[in-house]
Formats: sequence, structure tokens, C-alpha cells
Amino acid sequence: MAAFVTKRLALALLVAIFVSSISFSLMFLTGDPAIAIAGEGATEADIEVIRRTFGFDRSFAVQYWDWISGAASGDFGQSFYFNQPVVELLAERMPVTATLAVFSIGFALLLALPLGILAAVKRNSLADRLSLALATVGQATPSFWLALMLIVLFAVNLRWLPVSGADTLAHFILPSIVLGYYASPSMMRLTRGGMIEALRSDYIRTARAKGMLPRTIILKHALRNAVLPVVSVAAVEFGFILGGSVVVESVFSLRGIGYLAWESIGRNDFPTIQAIILVYAMIYVCLTFLADVLNAWIDPRIRVA
Amino acid sequence: MTNRTEPLLTVEDLSVSIPVPAGILSAVRSVSFTLDRGETLGIVGESGCGKSMMSMAIMGLLPRHVTVRAETLRFEGMDLLGLPERRLADLRGDRMAMIFQEPMTALNPLLTIGEQLMETFRRHRAAGRREAREKALHLLDRVGIASAERRLGQYPHQLSGGLRQRVMIAMALMCDPDLIIADEPTTALDVTIQAQILALLAELQRESGAAMIFVSHDLGVISRVADKVSVMYAGSEVEGGSTAQVFGTPAHPYTQGLFRCLPNSGLVARGAPLGSIPGVVPSLIGDVSGCMFRPRCPLARDACLEAVPAAAVADGHRARCVALADAAAAAPLVQEASAP
Repeated sequence: MAAFVTKRLALALLVAIFVSSISFSLMFLTGDPAIAIAGEGATEADIEVIRRTFGFDRSFAVQYWDWISGAASGDFGQSFYFNQPVVELLAERMPVTATLAVFSIGFALLLALPLGILAAVKRNSLADRLSLALATVGQATPSFWLALMLIVLFAVNLRWLPVSGADTLAHFILPSIVLGYYASPSMMRLTRGGMIEALRSDYIRTARAKGMLPRTIILKHALRNAVLPVVSVAAVEFGFILGGSVVVESVFSLRGIGYLAWESIGRNDFPTIQAIILVYAMIYVCLTFLADVLNAWIDPRIRVA
Repeated sequence: MTNRTEPLLTVEDLSVSIPVPAGILSAVRSVSFTLDRGETLGIVGESGCGKSMMSMAIMGLLPRHVTVRAETLRFEGMDLLGLPERRLADLRGDRMAMIFQEPMTALNPLLTIGEQLMETFRRHRAAGRREAREKALHLLDRVGIASAERRLGQYPHQLSGGLRQRVMIAMALMCDPDLIIADEPTTALDVTIQAQILALLAELQRESGAAMIFVSHDLGVISRVADKVSVMYAGSEVEGGSTAQVFGTPAHPYTQGLFRCLPNSGLVARGAPLGSIPGVVPSLIGDVSGCMFRPRCPLARDACLEAVPAAAVADGHRARCVALADAAAAAPLVQEASAP
């Protein structure tokens, strides 16, 4: 297990370095950043001053090293637009998005696992078809529309939940349902497929021949085997929710990272954009690493291989 | 409750039919036998002859859409077909256990050997982990697995095929069952390992006094372990009797054909080419009346199209063949349940 973790960790580090260099060069792919910062109507002299101030006149390698070593010690530079250190911005916004992501993936799993198992155990039954319908609708529903409908129903008409903001945990319920519902279909179908395959296998027949009860067979013998791909997908979905929550964050006025990214991109706030990309990449790398370790913990064959 | 004179297992007119898109597949038709404690019944036949289906039917392991019918299916005085699923599950693994043929896939890859052994015991006995662990260690040792302590913590993929099959056997014995059904338990193994496992099974059965149904396509293996033999073809028994009777004087053309395929059966002259049975196993979908072996049989005649009753060849030795029925002329029909 230790060897496996070390190997995965080294791999994760390589990916992190690669991704960080790409996210840094993004700034230069869109053209001269000095011109972009100076804005329209700036003179050649103004641009030159900006170029010197921000150090764009130095070589790429030097700038990258400057940036990455700063990032490593938590210094992502100053936001052009907000005029405060990017780290502060991230520290302000991250908890909102992280809370949202954890709640969303939790809701998604709570929806996907039981329904996936039910659909597999009662294959081709009404329950199976209904869960398929739910999954299809989930995949086809635009999240902003679902968000608005939920607000109208639960916040405006029933007054059970707040409309928007991030003051209490209750504020996170509706956005988490929207994001989680959107993320659950793939996990649900994966659970169903995995369970159907697992329930067909010889070791399930063995378990039945041993007189094991249906609950034990389903939860202990089959689900463990079926859940491996779900873990990997859940990790990716989790990262996707972190990064793709812009729409939901705007609808519910949650000032999270997704919203920050959207603001920064619109304003050419390069240090903030770079930092967000880097942080997301790191989170993805961490999640993939965690999913690998979790899978290895579940499946002894991965540990040895 | 159990009648002293009643056999451990009574199977009378057992039929298994499976609905398939093309119609009804009659996988097992009207099979009858009885089994006493300490006895081994060998069931032999080609792939698809219904021998595994029959074992699964007795264990109650067939899926719901498969129809299992029988005049009698009694085990320890209980009507197995009348029992609710929960009561059947109580019996499985406890009073009757099954050993499967695929040692590579029949164990759960994600659970340790110890867990898979112990859960059977803990399911059927009100026993704690420690007691279950002791039983598991004892049985692993008994089936000839060295350093049992270490093996308990290992996973199936860390064990060889032979070791896994030993684990399967230990697992079947966890609750000291009265009936062991071994479905091709040695088929996937090397010949040397095969011999070891056979000897082990025979020894364990002698010790425990359990009854055993040993299913195999291998005549040599059956001859070594079985007290009595049932030869199955296309879902029904074509010949049955004591091992000595069936192997000594095979009566049915199919059984004779099987022996001619063996090099040392005495039915083939030294140096002469080995026999083979022409043709293929018939489809069991739809009409299955008459003798199913007739398209491949050298003795086939018109009478083979009618239902063929079992005819007595000798005391306790029976075969379903028109030719035999003619030869025996007025010989009485044998009740399969009668003891040899």
C-alpha cells in the first residue's frame, strides 16, 4: 500500500508541475498582457511602463519561476481589479464553493447510490424505469432553470428556504440540490451497471449458496465491486462542481470561486485567473489521487499491481 | 421429525424448464434418485445435459423465472419446493453446501479469505468472530493449507487455483453440512492437483458422514468417488445404478458410447481407434418427447419416438432404452427410489 501511495503521489506531482506551467502560459496565449491591462487608448509609453512594472519584459522561464515559487509560498500576486492580494480573495471565496461542492456531491451520492442499487436489483421494473427517467431528466435540465423553479417553489411560495446568499447552511440546500441532481445521473447509471454486472458474477452465486441474506449479498458482496468506478467518477464530478458552479453561484448569489473566476475573466484579471486555474488543477490532482487511494483501499488487486 | 427410514434427500420426477425467446427449454426432465448419509452420487454427462441445473435446483439457487417442478423434493424431511426463500437460505451453507467449479471467480475478489469463510459460520451460528475464526483456521488446516493464520488475511488473487479450490471446500464445510453438492470441483485444476482434491473430498466425506452429489463430465473422476452413478443425457437420466453396475456393464447405448471414447475402458481393443459419438447434443427447446439420444444412436428405431420408461437391467441398475425394454420383455419397471 505504501509503495502504491508513493507512486501515485509522484505521478500527481508531475501532473501538477505540468498543469501549472500551462496555466501560467495562458496569460501570454491571449496576446501581450501589458496591452490588455493598459486598456484602450493607452500610449506606447504607458504600455512600456506597465510592462516593466509587472515584469513582462523578463524571459518566460524567469517569470514562471517567479510566479510558481511565489505560489508555492502562498503568494499569487496582487489582483489587478480587486486591488488586494489574490490569496485573500481565494481565502474569502473558497469556503463558500467548498461547502457547496461537499453538499452537492453528498446529495448526488445520496440520490445516485440507492437508486442505482434499486434499479439494478429490480431490473426492468417500474422503479428501474422511474430512476432512468429521473436520470435522463437530470441530465437534460438546464441547471439555471431548475434553480429558478426550486427558488419559486421552496423559497418564494413555501418560504421554507432562503432565496439567495450564503449566510447559513440553509442557504446551501437549494444550490446543492441543483448541482447534485445534475451530477447524479452518471453516477446512478454507473452504479446500476456495476451492480448488474456484480450480481451476475460467480461470487454472488457462491454467497447465495452460503445462505447469505439478500441485504448482505447486495451491500457487502456486490456493491463493493460495483462502487469502484463510481468513486473515480465522483471525484471528477466533485472537481467539476467546484469549477462549474458559476451559473448556480450567480443564480443564488453565492460569492464563491466560480463567481470569482467569471468576474476575473471578464476583467482580464490575470493573476486571479492564473491562481484559480492553478488551485483548481491542484484540487483535481488531489481528488484523483484520493480516488486512486480509496479504490486501492477497496480493491486489494490494485494495491499489489 | 425426520423419519429414520427416510433417505436424506429424495428427488422424484424433478424437472427444470426455462422460458427462452424461442419457447420453453426443458433443461432437466423427470430425474429421480435418493441419497443417504455417507453416500456419494456421481452425476455424469456432457456439457449442457442439465447436471448443473439439477444441482442448482436442489439448492434453490435458480432465478425466479426458471420453473422447478418435482413430485417430491425432500431434504431432511422438509419439502424444499414448499419452503419460503428465507427458510431455504437458512438451510443453504448450513445443512447443504455447494462447491463450485470456478475457483478463479467463485470467491469474492474484494474480501479476505478469512472473511469469506467466517461469514458463513456467523450467518448460521450465533457465533462471534473468535469462534468463527477458530473454525476457519481448523478447516483451512484440515483441507491441507499451510500457514492458515496468514492465509486468513489474504485475498483470492494471492492464492493459486488449487489453493482457492481448497478454500472453497473449507467454506462448504464451515457448518458441517449433511449434504455437499460438488459441481465439477476439479475440472479447472491440473491433473495432479485434481487427484489431491478428490482424495481430500473423499476423506472429508468419510469423516463427516455427509452425503455428496458429485457432478462431473469426467468418467474417471466419477468412478473414483461415487457409490452410485446417474448418467444424464439432454436433461434426463438415461442410465443409473451402482458404480460397479454402470461402469461394469453399461446398458444404454449412450453410456456405452461414452466408454468407447475412453482409452482404457476395455470396450476398445488395444491399437484400435478411440470411439466418438457422432452428432451433437439436441436442442432442448420445444418438443422433447421420446428418446433424445435417437438421432445419434446406432440402435434407433420408430419406437424411440415414444416416451421411453426406465427398464431394469439388474437389481438397482436401470436404463431408459427401447432396445433394453424389448430384451427384458416383461421385466417390471423400476422405481428409481428403490434401494439397490
